[in-house]
Amino acid sequence: MEQPIIQISHLGKEFQTTEGKVRALGDINLEICQGEIFGIIGLSGAGKSTLVRCINFLEVPTEGEVLFEGRSLGKMSPQELRSTRQSMGMIFQQFNLLAQRSVLRNVCFPLELVKTPKAESRARAMELLKTVGLEDKAAAYPAQLSGGQKQRVAIARALATNPKVILCDEATSALDPNTTKSILGLLKEINRNLGVTVIVITHEMAVIEAICDRVAIIDQSHIAEVGKVSEIFSEPKSKIGRQLILGDAARQVKFGNSRQIRIIFDGRESTEPVISNMVLACKTAVNIMYAQTRDVGGIAMGQMIVQLPDDEAEANRALHYLETVKIPYEEVSEHDI
Amino acid sequence: MTFDAATIQMLKTGIWETFYMVFLSSLFAYVIGLPLGIVLVTTDNDGIHPMPVLQKVLGTVINLLRSVPFLILLFIVLPLSKMVIGTRIGSPAMVIPLTIAAGPYVARVVESSLREIDGGVIEAAKSMGASDWQIIWKVLLPECRPSLLVGGALAVTTILSYSAMAGFVGGGGVGAIAINYGYYRYEAGLMWVSVVLLVVMVQIIQEAGMRMSRKGDKRIR
Ligand SMILES: Nc1ncnc2c1ncn2[C@@H]1O[C@H](COP(=O)(O)OP(=O)(O)OP(=O)(O)O)[C@@H](O)[C@H]1O
Ligand SMILES: [Mg+2]
Repeated sequence: MEQPIIQISHLGKEFQTTEGKVRALGDINLEICQGEIFGIIGLSGAGKSTLVRCINFLEVPTEGEVLFEGRSLGKMSPQELRSTRQSMGMIFQQFNLLAQRSVLRNVCFPLELVKTPKAESRARAMELLKTVGLEDKAAAYPAQLSGGQKQRVAIARALATNPKVILCDEATSALDPNTTKSILGLLKEINRNLGVTVIVITHEMAVIEAICDRVAIIDQSHIAEVGKVSEIFSEPKSKIGRQLILGDAARQVKFGNSRQIRIIFDGRESTEPVISNMVLACKTAVNIMYAQTRDVGGIAMGQMIVQLPDDEAEANRALHYLETVKIPYEEVSEHDI
Repeated sequence: MTFDAATIQMLKTGIWETFYMVFLSSLFAYVIGLPLGIVLVTTDNDGIHPMPVLQKVLGTVINLLRSVPFLILLFIVLPLSKMVIGTRIGSPAMVIPLTIAAGPYVARVVESSLREIDGGVIEAAKSMGASDWQIIWKVLLPECRPSLLVGGALAVTTILSYSAMAGFVGGGGVGAIAINYGYYRYEAGLMWVSVVLLVVMVQIIQEAGMRMSRKGDKRIR
């Protein structure tokens, strides 16, 4: 593993409300590496926004630590904290542009905060607008832009101070699928060309799949699992992981009395006709309950839930076949899904 | 009623007195009220610099001042005018009670304008490392400019109507003419002329405020 740029250890956050304490995060441990695109996924209310806001201390954690390049944010003076925030850009679901400033002056804003000379910050802003493909909109105002364009301006603004990290809280959730795709493409490009570490918060699996290297699944204030996207997609270990990846479809599968197995494809096997080979070799039938394969980072990934024949001997023959051709599988029961 | 040269001269003087009473009182009321309004918003629990105790105390003092009827406030404050300006009658003496009455009002008007801002924008500024001062000067005030201007028109017209009451206690201006001639001498004609003048002034202030607000608002396509 490369050098972690952000280390989160034993982080917890409790909110004090009139109805008592609300726990939003508990014992979160994560390391985010220099230069990666790290995804955080979870259902609504899982604590994603709270977690990302703890990373730049917009929300002060009630337990644990956040280290940025080895330095604890909690131990910084207000001034140090502000300058650390300048190394961490942030983009939001609602864009949060300044409505009374032109596009160009929006991008200049973070530079103004650090008292960059006007001419210099204008030149830098124009350059960034070119990067995001909006140099012709420099004089426009946010109200005159589409959602996707607003998010591009927000990205340019987040990049103005040459940050090492960009935090994205549901950055594409207010956009249509095509615009989402282009914004994700832009983030990936920025990650590749500028080496900026990107942290993406989302509730959509498709976003993780499209750009992330690693992902953490967060469920009810805790991290359920962390790992490479390709690994988690092919073999989610947590219940919530299976739920997010298999989707609701898996819940609707009706199970009979006979045994079910989950066959896992990890790229190599999915190019072979595994099921039909098995059926031919074992001279038996299987019932495909659920199947999903997809392309993750250039490797085909997927899984399939198959109901084995009622006949014990035939079922064992099928399992034996999978073992001999080294295809991973596991037996599943209804409550596992 | 006769509109001889003397009457017209009197009206002209009245307009000028009203103008400078309202202008100076508005200016001083904003000098006091604008910072207070900013403090009310920023020190609130969900503000950028929570100081709940200060916020509560300030809010209470403002409410107290706002609940004193202006006419009563005039009688209480005029001795202060005598100390500061040396007289308790005439238009300059009225500037002090007007400022004291309007300052807290302006604070509330400013407060309500500043509360209109979208919290996400402040959040974004914070995430870029903005200090509290920078958020006030570069985000809060410029983003709320249109609303502050509308509030400004509201505040100035209120000060104008207060200034008319000053006529009862020896203040000058158009309001004093209306009161002196209409109320005390039953010269209804001159009273109505004064009232129309006040209405026109309110219209002009209101319209100017709205226009400036709309013209500078970049949210409109
Ligand atoms: N300021 C707050 N005060 C009290 N409770 C809060 C506050 N902010 C968040 N919470 C609570 O913390 C929990 C996590 O909220 P959070 O916004 O982090 O969820 P999320 O995963 O981002 O959800 P979504 O996908 O809907 O945005 C929720 O139960 C929420 O009610
Ligand atoms: Mg959220």
